[in-house]
Amino acid sequence: MEEHKLVVDLRPQARTIHEHIVEIVSDSGEGAQKAGETFGTICAKMGNGVWTVQIIPAEIQPPARSPAGASGIRIRLASHYVTNMGDEADLVVAFNEQVLYSRIANGAYKQGTVVLLEDKWREDPVPEIREQYAKTVAEYRENGLVVHELSIEKACLAITDNPRQGKNMFVLGMLCHIYSRDLEQAREEIANTFKRKSEKVIALNQTLFDAGQQFAHKHLDFHYQVPPRPEAETKGKRFIVTDGNEALGLGVMAAGIELVAMYPITPATSASHYLAEVFHRVGGFVHQAEDEIAAIGFAIGASYAGKTACTITSGPGLALKTELLGLAVMAEVPLVVAVVQRGGPSTGLPTKVEQGDLLATLFGQPGDSPKVVIAATTIEECLHFVIMARRLAETFRTPVVLLTDTNLATGVQPYLRPEPTADWLAPPIDQSEWDESIPPYDWDPETGLSPRPIPGMPGGQYVLTGLAHTTRSKVAYDSDSNQKGCSMRSRKLAALASTLKPPKVYGDAQGDLLVVGWGSTLGAIEEAVDRARAQGHRVSSLQLRFLSPLEPGLKEIFQGFRKVMTVEINYSDDPSAPLITAETRRYAQLAFLLRAHTRLDVDCWSVVMGHPLQPAMIHNVLLQRLETLQNGGNN
Amino acid sequence: MFGLHADWSLEVFERYFTIGDYAGGEARWCPGCGDHGVLTAVQRLMRDEQMIPESTVAVSGIGCSSRMPHYLGTYGFHGLHGRALPIACGIKSRRPDLDVWVATGDGDCFSIGAAHWIHGIRYNMDMVVMAFDNAIYGLTKAQTSPTSPLGFKTNTHPFGAIISPMNPLTVTLGITNVSFVAQVVDWNPPMLYEALKAAHRHRGTGFVRIIQRCPVYADSVSKALQGDPSRFVLLEHENGIPLDKSVQRAFPNKVNHDPANLVGAFELARDATRLPLGLLYRNPDAPCYEDFSSRGADMTPEQKLARFSAVLDTVTI
Repeated sequence: MEEHKLVVDLRPQARTIHEHIVEIVSDSGEGAQKAGETFGTICAKMGNGVWTVQIIPAEIQPPARSPAGASGIRIRLASHYVTNMGDEADLVVAFNEQVLYSRIANGAYKQGTVVLLEDKWREDPVPEIREQYAKTVAEYRENGLVVHELSIEKACLAITDNPRQGKNMFVLGMLCHIYSRDLEQAREEIANTFKRKSEKVIALNQTLFDAGQQFAHKHLDFHYQVPPRPEAETKGKRFIVTDGNEALGLGVMAAGIELVAMYPITPATSASHYLAEVFHRVGGFVHQAEDEIAAIGFAIGASYAGKTACTITSGPGLALKTELLGLAVMAEVPLVVAVVQRGGPSTGLPTKVEQGDLLATLFGQPGDSPKVVIAATTIEECLHFVIMARRLAETFRTPVVLLTDTNLATGVQPYLRPEPTADWLAPPIDQSEWDESIPPYDWDPETGLSPRPIPGMPGGQYVLTGLAHTTRSKVAYDSDSNQKGCSMRSRKLAALASTLKPPKVYGDAQGDLLVVGWGSTLGAIEEAVDRARAQGHRVSSLQLRFLSPLEPGLKEIFQGFRKVMTVEINYSDDPSAPLITAETRRYAQLAFLLRAHTRLDVDCWSVVMGHPLQPAMIHNVLLQRLETLQNGGNN
Repeated sequence: MFGLHADWSLEVFERYFTIGDYAGGEARWCPGCGDHGVLTAVQRLMRDEQMIPESTVAVSGIGCSSRMPHYLGTYGFHGLHGRALPIACGIKSRRPDLDVWVATGDGDCFSIGAAHWIHGIRYNMDMVVMAFDNAIYGLTKAQTSPTSPLGFKTNTHPFGAIISPMNPLTVTLGITNVSFVAQVVDWNPPMLYEALKAAHRHRGTGFVRIIQRCPVYADSVSKALQGDPSRFVLLEHENGIPLDKSVQRAFPNKVNHDPANLVGAFELARDATRLPLGLLYRNPDAPCYEDFSSRGADMTPEQKLARFSAVLDTVTI
């Protein structure tokens, strides 16, 4: 301890910065993610704005030292609220030089990015590895990366004979030195990270942490201060730190949902992992069904019986659930369906982000299948929108699909702790007598709404059916009954739309360009808009949360701008590609919807590269479109 | 929970249900269809057991037999093809107080819903599963079913079914946690009634395969069986299904079989030349999934709120 104090006292003055992006990249299984998560939590606890996101290889055990195997984490920490992963990293810790290739290919680094590189490969017994290492490091330096070769593993070997397992905490120590983190906070957090392990394991990791911190002090000639967010933003407020899937899980509990039926599917499963750990504490149950179809069937059954139920899935699972989702629409069964979107089509990119399921969600069922579709734009909304989804499902007697995506699911952020009340958690179940004169679908002709009998209610006996039916739920093949049923179910969406307010434009209500997004792209789009506005451009943005029904007033808002375009993470044709004309061009999904909805010429820009949109990418697109606009062009 | 029980027992004394209380819409099955007899047996049993109509839920998939909920005076859920079991299990999962009856067919259960059949048996939730097996797709007009005999001509196999039928009994008996398997024919009402009664009184999934006549599309299949009682063997045992004199007279072949004997049940089930009738297997001690899935269902919002706050504490910084 004496030596430790000395180290602190001898520190040179730390340079104050307001934001940095840090990455830890390694082969799979080297604990980079755990180190990064712990670092992010320490930063959040110190009052910084934080966004962390995992770098996930597609395979469980990819070959070591391969670009494809890059596994790790990015942490963006700042003196302000952070809404997205940001652009290029400022500093990266790499456990081998090869894994950085895939990050470079993704544009994760820039000239001047500092690389703290494990150097044990320089003396590897295999000559090819030694050559590869030397060649790659030279190449990185030539391209402007500032590489510090460090004997991290050797230093760890002095403490543990299994450095592969321990060096992540050593690296955490290095980062905590570099960013002047509160060391007591850090040690506490390590104890918390390993709380299920023995005292010995905790002590070993804390020793590694201390050693890493001293190592960085000895070998690096720079370190920083990142002041916390302004007190006004945080004072007297309580924050929680979770990823988007944990937020979904918390939302399930906060909504008073008592059953989650699911089948494992990436990237949705971790929401159920989290629930499986804590759900029983609030009386809930996670049912792992035999397949996706059974999962939604089980949830529908529970909901029919008066219990609040939810199913959580991703695109391919949604496809399998299609028929039963249609039944829930047809028979008006309240249900929350959370879809954590990934890359498609087919098995696609299981671990990567896409917003490709919007149209499948809206139109994926046979016939007309009106349902409520909402999209969370932040991790915090992943929590609150489950609560909203449950309320909407019960009020409008309908399934509600909540769309999130891998970007939200794997991003970690501090946000305000919800303050639930008992009425959030109250069950809908009512076992009092049902007035037999009221049919089970007593549609209000104005709104399509009707009260719902629940098994156990005397006099309410009816047979729910997926066939066309009368108000009495009697099977009906006559034309009038089907027309009426369809219009009543559709009317509910109009009724819901009438309660919504027009969405708020970010920036001025008039201008040259309006960027419209939905879901997780909120932070990156607004940051890009900020940059363009700072350059004097008349750009605003709008983020949609309701996709069915759409929020009101869109046409009027759009008409305040010379050009409207969507920015999305799904496929659309590049207008300059071969054979693509105004006639053949296929638009991004929200653009497709908005063009039909507003009958305005809504343009789009979208990519399916498997990673979240970053502010700089969007900023570039905005500048290009603005330039074309100035030159009188359209695209 | 205690309060709820007290209310129910009061009602039982106050209300008496007649067959009419269990009647729904008029049955629209074809004349001579075996389903009529099953419906009658179920309604009689419901009356005799004085089941509370509003606490009883009939769940089905799609097919002729899956129309059954419409003809009952209870709550009903006429679901999707193959999906009766997940829906029934979902109903039971948080409402073990509800009395759940599943009507499913050979196509619904053994083909499109096969995954749910296997896992439904494994969950062993307390319900009756009536598998109406007429060896044909009737509602969609004569396609081959998984139990259609080899060579049987249908619209999808006009030259005869090309693979042997599956054996629903050996499959069901082979599923871990199976707890009740019986086989009956629709044309013997006393045995049908007793089998359904035993399945209902059994705690766990009471699986009853009902060999059922389709006089329109598979008449030859059931006629051959109905006309030749020697094709069957009656299972007798003090722990089996009670068989009255008329049943004993109807089926000359008899064998003593202890329903606790799973291996013996397999032997009987796999013999395609002599179809067993009665109770093949019963294990009253197999765990029921709802004992786990319904935990906490009685927690009050206030209790949940306190617990949820504690969960939030674990992620609060």
